Amino acid sequence: MSINATLIGQTIAFFIFVWFCMKFVWPPLLAAIEERQKKIADGLADAEKAEKRLELAEVKAKDQLKQAKSEASEIVEQANKRKNQIVDEAKVEAQAEREKILAQAQAEIESERNRAREELRAQVSALAIAGAEKILERSIDPAAHSDILDKLASEL
Amino acid sequence: MAASGETLTSAGYIKHHLTNLQVCAAENMVDGHCSGFWTLNVDSLFWAAILGVAFLFLFRSVAKKADTGVPGKLQCFVEMIVEFVDQNVKDTFHGRSRLIAPLALTIFVWVFLMNLMDLVPVDWLPEAAMAAGIPYMKVVPSTDLNITFALSISVFFLILFYTIRVKGVSGLVKELTLHPFSSPNKFVQALFIPVNLLLESVTLIAKPVSLALRLFGNMYAGELIFILIAIMYGAGILLGGLAGVLQLGWAIFHILVITLQAFIFMMLTIVYLSMASEDH
Repeated sequence: MSINATLIGQTIAFFIFVWFCMKFVWPPLLAAIEERQKKIADGLADAEKAEKRLELAEVKAKDQLKQAKSEASEIVEQANKRKNQIVDEAKVEAQAEREKILAQAQAEIESERNRAREELRAQVSALAIAGAEKILERSIDPAAHSDILDKLASEL
Repeated sequence: MAASGETLTSAGYIKHHLTNLQVCAAENMVDGHCSGFWTLNVDSLFWAAILGVAFLFLFRSVAKKADTGVPGKLQCFVEMIVEFVDQNVKDTFHGRSRLIAPLALTIFVWVFLMNLMDLVPVDWLPEAAMAAGIPYMKVVPSTDLNITFALSISVFFLILFYTIRVKGVSGLVKELTLHPFSSPNKFVQALFIPVNLLLESVTLIAKPVSLALRLFGNMYAGELIFILIAIMYGAGILLGGLAGVLQLGWAIFHILVITLQAFIFMMLTIVYLSMASEDH
């Protein structure tokens, strides 16, 4: 156990190892660590930002939802109003149409009745003439007595 | 175990375990043993170098494919150590230096690995070496004074280097002569200078000496106790069983010691260097 040249050998080895460590080991390791630290810090900051943005978006979404709801109810209300209006209009129109159709039908009935009455009258007069002819046994000349026949027909 | 030819005694066993494998020039051989300064403790150097290379290889391989995204488990482990060292350096050393942090990392991991060899059962590697024809094998480099002094003397020169770089040679001289006693009176100050020089020199020299001896002492004592426990294994079933318990307890306690010693060596290096590069 004495000091000898081992000391020198070990010193040389020590300096070589320290030099190697300083040159090739420490810088890349520390660089990796620092870069990761920066990445993590950035990531955390980003996450915080995103959270804030999310909060903002939530508030905005709530606002928009509220607005949409009010708009929707407004639209529904308007639609209801319009519906009532349309129904009323349709009622009025239908009423008018009904009246028109009714009037038309009545007019038609009237004209039909007149026509039937005329026809009936003509037939009755013809029947009356025929009856009178039978009674008078051809004594009446239709041409000579047409004025009497016409008068008879108008009176029927 | 004792070297071949010797009888197996406890003293021989301990002596064998505490002897380095040495090589030296033929003219320095004194009855079969090396003497004089120009001797190399090959086993200490070999294990120190192997452990240093293992450390650098591991860390370099991680550094090469260091991922800035999600790190793997090995990378996490390495980064934990790097960050631990970096944090300690940042807390203690306030100057800017590219050297201090890697230096601290190298010291911490290397000293830790050298100490860790203490936990390898004391007979394994020497017996394996003997089987391979190598007579001595001391496997814990930090139980070799040369190894610990090499580290601490390197640190000592770095202290001087940093002092001179930051404060200049005059700053170093002033630090050695004008503290701790100083006086506004020029004459009194001149009287104080030799006293200051003596005190400050002791302070300065004490740094590497204490650094080296603390590590050496702890590791040597720990190693010796492991060897003594190993001797107990041969002393009957009762003592052998006790030795097993003791070895386990001592090894677990030693995990703390080796880590602590590595940490202390690193920390004191940082502290000394930060003292050297800061004005009072």
